[in-house]
Amino acid sequence: MKKVGNPNSISRILLFSLAFMLTFSIQIFAQDAAAGKALFNAQCAACHKLDGKMTGPALRGVGDKYEKEWLYKWIRNSADLIKSGDDRANKIFNEYGQSPMTAFPQLSDADIDNIIAYTMEPKVEIAPPGPDTGGNVVVSGGISNEVILGALALVLGMLVVMLFLVNNVLTKIAKANGIEAVAKEKSLPIWKAYAKNQFLVLVTVIFLLLSSAYFAYGWMMQIGVDQGYEPVQPIHYSHRIHAGENGIDCKYCHSSARESKHSGIPSLNVCMNCHKNISEVAETTATEEYSKDFYDKEIQKLYAAVGWDQAEQKYTGKTQPVKWVRIHNLPDLVYFNHAQHVTVAGIECQTCHGPVEEMEIMKQHSPLTMGWCINCHRETDVKLKDNDYYKKIHEELSKKYGVDKLTAAQMGGLECGKCHY
Amino acid sequence: MSSNKKYWKSVEELNETSSIVETLKNNEFVEPIPTDEFFGDKESLSNSSTTRRDFLKYVGFSTAAASLAACEGPVIKSIPYVVQPEQIIPGVADYYATTMFDGFDFAHLLVKTREGRPIKIENNTIEGAKFSANARVHASVLSMYDNLRLKQPKIDKKDATWSEVDVKVKAALTEAQAAGKKTVLLTGTLASPSAEKLVAEFLAKNPGSSHVIYDAVSSSTALDAFEAVYGERALADYDFAKASTIVSVGADFLGDWQGGGYDAAYAQGRVPKQGKMSKHVQFEANLSLSGAAADKRVPMTAADQKQALVKIYNIVTGASVATGKLANEAEVVKAAEQLKSAGSKGVLVSGLDDINAQLLVLAINANLNSEAFNTNQTRQIRKGSVQKMTELIADMKAGAIHTLIMSGVNPVYSLANSKDFTDGLSKVKFSVSFSMKEDETATLTTVAAATPHYLESWGDVQIVKGNYGLTQPTIRPLFNTRQFEEALMVWNGVEGTYYDYLKQNWSGILSGKTWNQAIHDGVFVSETTSSSSAGSTDFSSAANALAQAKSTGLELHLYTKTGMGDGQQANNPWLQEFPDPITRVSWDNYVTVSKADAEQLELINRNVANGGLNGSYVTLTVGTTKLENVPVIIQPGQAKGTFGLALGYGKKAALKQEMQVGVNAYALYTNSNSVQTVIVSKQAGEHEFASVQLQKTLMGRGDIIKETTLTIFNAEEDSRVWNPPAMVSIDHKPIEASKIDLWTSFDRTVGHHFNLSIDLNSCTGCGACVIACHAENNVPVVGKSEVRRSRDMHWLRIDRYYSSEDTFAQDKDKKENFDGLFGDKGSLGGFGEMEHPADNPQVAFQPVMCQHCNHAPCETVCPVAATSHSRQGQNHMAYNRCVGTRYCANNCPYKVRRFNWFLYNKNSEFDYYMNDDLGRMVLNPDVNVRSRGVMEKCSMCIQMTQATILKAKKEGRPVNDDEFQTACSNACSTGALAFGDVNDKESEVAKLAEDDRMYHLLEHVGTKPNVFYHVKVRNT
Repeated sequence: MKKVGNPNSISRILLFSLAFMLTFSIQIFAQDAAAGKALFNAQCAACHKLDGKMTGPALRGVGDKYEKEWLYKWIRNSADLIKSGDDRANKIFNEYGQSPMTAFPQLSDADIDNIIAYTMEPKVEIAPPGPDTGGNVVVSGGISNEVILGALALVLGMLVVMLFLVNNVLTKIAKANGIEAVAKEKSLPIWKAYAKNQFLVLVTVIFLLLSSAYFAYGWMMQIGVDQGYEPVQPIHYSHRIHAGENGIDCKYCHSSARESKHSGIPSLNVCMNCHKNISEVAETTATEEYSKDFYDKEIQKLYAAVGWDQAEQKYTGKTQPVKWVRIHNLPDLVYFNHAQHVTVAGIECQTCHGPVEEMEIMKQHSPLTMGWCINCHRETDVKLKDNDYYKKIHEELSKKYGVDKLTAAQMGGLECGKCHY
Repeated sequence: MSSNKKYWKSVEELNETSSIVETLKNNEFVEPIPTDEFFGDKESLSNSSTTRRDFLKYVGFSTAAASLAACEGPVIKSIPYVVQPEQIIPGVADYYATTMFDGFDFAHLLVKTREGRPIKIENNTIEGAKFSANARVHASVLSMYDNLRLKQPKIDKKDATWSEVDVKVKAALTEAQAAGKKTVLLTGTLASPSAEKLVAEFLAKNPGSSHVIYDAVSSSTALDAFEAVYGERALADYDFAKASTIVSVGADFLGDWQGGGYDAAYAQGRVPKQGKMSKHVQFEANLSLSGAAADKRVPMTAADQKQALVKIYNIVTGASVATGKLANEAEVVKAAEQLKSAGSKGVLVSGLDDINAQLLVLAINANLNSEAFNTNQTRQIRKGSVQKMTELIADMKAGAIHTLIMSGVNPVYSLANSKDFTDGLSKVKFSVSFSMKEDETATLTTVAAATPHYLESWGDVQIVKGNYGLTQPTIRPLFNTRQFEEALMVWNGVEGTYYDYLKQNWSGILSGKTWNQAIHDGVFVSETTSSSSAGSTDFSSAANALAQAKSTGLELHLYTKTGMGDGQQANNPWLQEFPDPITRVSWDNYVTVSKADAEQLELINRNVANGGLNGSYVTLTVGTTKLENVPVIIQPGQAKGTFGLALGYGKKAALKQEMQVGVNAYALYTNSNSVQTVIVSKQAGEHEFASVQLQKTLMGRGDIIKETTLTIFNAEEDSRVWNPPAMVSIDHKPIEASKIDLWTSFDRTVGHHFNLSIDLNSCTGCGACVIACHAENNVPVVGKSEVRRSRDMHWLRIDRYYSSEDTFAQDKDKKENFDGLFGDKGSLGGFGEMEHPADNPQVAFQPVMCQHCNHAPCETVCPVAATSHSRQGQNHMAYNRCVGTRYCANNCPYKVRRFNWFLYNKNSEFDYYMNDDLGRMVLNPDVNVRSRGVMEKCSMCIQMTQATILKAKKEGRPVNDDEFQTACSNACSTGALAFGDVNDKESEVAKLAEDDRMYHLLEHVGTKPNVFYHVKVRNT
C-alpha cells in the first residue's frame, strides 16, 4: 500500500478499487486469506492444489461445498469421521483410493478458517508476462550504451565529412588562386617492389605455409570433438531449474554414476517421484525466453511419456519411452567408468560437465579428448581417505616416487590398457 | 632327466624334407596380399580402363569425401527405462544361477546378464553345484540369439496362435481316444521331477497314451545293464578323484561318455601330490580326449576290447572264462593286475555298446568294491531306450498311433532308420514337435511348436539322484514360444503357470531351504539318500557271451566331437569354428583313419602351398546304407582296422548356408550302436579342410613342452634334472636365461602383478576356455575358408602335440644296433616300427595365449607404440592406435597375435552372429569390437581385472585372492588354469609360481612372460 504514491491517475484508480475489493472480501469472510495462504502452502500444498486434483481433491471453493464444522472434523482427524460412517467422508475416502489424509489436530478453528478463506478467493487469470517498468529500466540501460556509441559514430562521421568538405573548399580556393600543387614523383608500385625482393617473397611464403598448416592442424583436431554440442531434446529439461534453483543433487537422478560406468539417464519413474506433485512450475521460474506456459507444457510431455493421467491421478499404463539425444559420446575404443571418478575419486560432476546448474539446455562442456583426460590424470591426486584399497600401494609407490601424494598418472592412470580394451 | 622327445603337431612335420613345413616355418603370414596378381600382369594393367590419372582422381575424391563425411558426427539416441527395475543398474552385470539340460549337455551355471540380456555362461561354484560347463554349454548362450529359431507356433507350416494349437491338440486327443488308438509322447530324457510329474498326469488323463524316451546319442546298453543289476533305469556315477587306478575300455569319460562331466574330479587325481598321482590306462580305437590324457594308451578294435574286458574280469574276479589271444595281451594283463592291486581305489569304465560288456563293468567295480563307483546317487540324464523306440516306429508304420507329441528330439535327423520313421509319421494322424528350430522333424509334423531356449525357461533338473537344479529364465522369451511343460499343463487342464507348478512341486523336494534361496543358489542337495542293492545277476554267462564276440571286419566307431556333441547347436558359429582338440580341424566332420589303413586304401592327407590341409574322400557302407564323400583325416593313434566318424554334422534344416558342413553320421548309427561294421572304399577328389594343425609351427624349438615321468619326478630332489632351466651363453660361459637381462627391468613389485598359471597335468584339452574367451572378448568368427588360410582369430588356442616314445636320435641308435633279422633287435620288425612313428603317439595339450612378456618383443617393433606393457604385468594393445603393420605378429615368438584381415562385424561377407542384430546381443559391452586392419590378442581379460579392482576400490578394501579371474581361468573346471596377483604372496598363483614344476615358454629368448606352465608328469 505504501507504494501508492504514483501520480498516475489510472493506476491510482485501479489500486483503489483493488483495495476496496480486498476490504470487501475481508468484510465478507472476516478472515485473513494471507495467513491462510501461508498455512496452505506449509500444510496442504504437498497433497492439494487450489485448482486441479493431486493426491487429494482441488480445494478452491471448498467452503461452499462443506460446512465449517464438518471441515474442522475432517481436517483434524478424517479417519474418525470415516469410521463414524459419515457418507460424504466415505465418498471422498473411496474416491481417492482409500489413502487417508494426514490428521492436523494442531490447527485451530481460526487457522482452518483462514485456510478456507484463502481457498475461497476467486481464481485470478494471469496475463501473459508483458513489459513492466522494472524490465523497461534494464532495457533502457542497454539502449543508452548503444545510443552513446551511435552518437559517437555520428560525430566521427560528421567530422570525416567536414574534413572532406574543407579539403574540397581549400582545393577550389587554391585552384582559383592559381596555385599549382606539387606533382608527386613517380615511384615503383609497392607490389612490384615487393615482387622484386625475393627474400621477402620467400619469407612471406614460408609464413603463409606455416600459418595455414597451423590453422589446418587446429581445424583438423576439432574433427570429432563436439565441445559445446547442445542438441534439442524431445523434452525441454532444464538443469538450471532442477540442479540450480532447486538444488537437487546430480546423483539423485543420475544415481548409477555411483555404481556403474554409465551415469545413466534417469528412468521416468524417477522424474515422477517429484512430478507426481509438481504439474506446473512456479511463476518465478519462468524467464524471458521460456514462459511458465512453455514449461508446463514440457511437464505434460513427461506425463504423456510415463502415462500419467493428471486428472485421475493414476497411471494409464500407456508409456512412450523418451528418445533423448545423447550429448556425451565417447567412441567405442575408450572405456570410461563414472563410478571410478565419482565414488572412488570423489570428483565433482561439474569438473567435467561444467556449470550444469546454470545450463538451461544441457551441452557438452569439455572437449572429451584424450589430451584432456590425461592432463587431469597428471594433475589430480588420488583420493586416499577412508579407502583401504590404496593403503599399501600408495605407501609403497609414494616412497618410490618420493612424493607425499600420488597423482592418478603415477598410480598408473596413463597406461594405455587402463582405458583402451 | 627331462625327456628329450621329439614333438610334432602334424604328421607332415615328421617328413624331414617337407618343403611346406619349411615354408610355414619361415612365414608368419602364409598367404601374401595378392598384389602380384594385379600388378604382375602387364596386359591387364595396360588394358585397364582406369588410367593412372583417373586412379589419382578417384583417390583424391574419395579421400576428400571421406574426410568431409567424417566431420559430421551421428546423432545418437539414448532411451532409458520408463520404470527401471530396482535391481538393474545399466552398466553393471547381474548374475543368475540356473541349471541347464538340453537332453545331451547339463551343467550348473551362473549366467551373466547385462541390461537384461544374458551374455556369458559361467560355472556355479556354490556347494552342491558339481557339474561345470563344457565348450558347448559355454557356447549355448549364442544359440539363444539364433535368428533361425522357430519364432511362433505353426500349423501345417502356417503361422498360428497357441490357442489354435491347443484346440487342435485337444481335439486330436479326444479323437484318438474315441478311435481307440494310441497317443505317444516322444521326448528326450527329461531328468526333471516336475516335467516327469506332468507327463505322468498326462498319461493318467489320456488312457491309451504312453511315453517313449529317446536319446539321440544313446547309452541304452549301459542303462539296460544297470537296470538288470540294480533295478533302476539310470547310470552309475563315478568319482574319479577317489580312484588311484583308472582303466577305461573304450570309454571317453573326459569327452561325452555317459554324458561326460567327469573331468574336474579326474584332474584332481592327476596332479602329483606327495609323490602320488592316479594311473590311467586306456584301451580304445579312436584317439579321444581320455586317450590323450592317459598314462598308457593301447589302440584296440572294439572286438579286441571285448576280449580285453573279459580278461580283466577274469583277473579281477578270479573267474576263468575262455578268451582269445590278443596282440596287446601283456598290457591288458598288466592293467588288470594294477586294477586288482588297487582294490577299492581302482575303477573300470567301458564305452562298449554291449549289454554284456556293461554288465561286466558293474561286476568288476562291485568286485573291487570301488570307492569311485556310485550306484546310489545315480545319473538321471540318460533314460532312452532303443528297444522302445524300435517298437514305436513299428507301431507308427502299422498305423496304430493316432497322435504323436514330440519334444526335444529330432528323430528324422538323428535316426539311422529315419526313412522308417518318416514313413511311420505319414501314417500318424496328428503330430506335434516341440522344437527351437524348424528342423527335419518339425517340418514334417502337423504342428511345429516353438519352444524357448533354456535361458528363457523355468524348469528343474535332477542330474544325479538327490542333486536338484533349478532352471530360471534370464531374459523374457524373445519369440512367441511356449515350454513343453506349459503346454502339458494346458492340455492337462492345470491352472496357473509352470512357475507355480514348479514351486508347488518343489515344496515336496525342499527341506531346510526356502524356495527363494533355492532359486538364488540354483541347486539343492537332498539329504535323503536311497541305497540300491544289486540283485543276483549271472555275470559269468555275460562274460562267456562277450568272449564269444568275434571281429566282423573293419569297424566304424561313431563318436561325438568336443565342439558339436549331438548336433543340436549346429547353427552356432562359435562351435563350428572351434578346432577339434585332437585333429585341430574346424568346420567339418571326417573319418579318422590309421596310417596303416590309409596306406592300404591309398588315402592321403597333404598340405597345399598355403598350409591348408587336403584329404581324400571315401564312401562308407554300413549294411545297406551308403555315406558318400566323407573326407579322410589320417589320425595318429587310430587303432588299425578301425575308423572314427563324428555324429552331429550334416544337418541342413534351419541352418545357415555356412554351417551346413560335414556328413550325417547318424545315418550309420544303426540301432544306436556306436560300433558298426563298415566297408570303406576310396572316392575321387580331395576335400579342403580348415585345419589349424600345421599353423604356427614350433620353429624347431622343441622344449616348448616339458615333461617327465612320475618315477623321475619323485626320485630327483633337484628339479633342475627334470625341469632344466634354459641356458644361454654370456662371455662364452653358460648361464641361466632367467638370470640375465638385456633390458632394464620395469619395476612391478608394487601393486598388482598378474600371472596366469597353466598346469599341463590337469589340462584335458576340453576347450571350454576357448569358447569362454570368445564370449568374453567378442572374438570374431571368420569362417571356414579364412581358417584354412591361417586367419583364425582365437585369442586362446590349445596346441596339441604328439610325441612318439622315440626321438630321431634314438631312431638312429636303434638302426645302428640292429642285430639279425628277428628278435627284439631284429631289423625286420624294427624297420617296420620306425616307418610308423605316429602309430601310437603320446599327446600333450598346451593352451597358449598372449604370454604377456615383461620384455615383449612385439612392443619394440611397433612403429606407433600401439602395444605397451603395464605395471600390472599385462601387455596392452590399443586398437585405435594400431595401423596394421603386423610387425608385432612377426616378432612374436609365441604366435599369439591375430590380425583382422577384414571387417568381421556388420559385413555380409561374414554372415555369422556379428552380422545379425539378434546375434550381436551376445557381445560384451565392456570390450571393443575390433575393426579391419588392426592387430588383436589376449588382453589377460583386463576388463575383468579392472572391474575387480574397481569393485574393491568402491568398497574401500583390498582385493581378495580369489577375486581376480580371467574368462579362461573362470571356465576351467579342472583347475589347469589359475590366475591371480603374484605380488600377493599368499595367493594361489604366487605359490604356483614358486613350484618346482614351473617353467616359462621359450625361456632362453628372455621375454620373461607372465604366463607360466607346469611340467607335465606322466605316471608311466
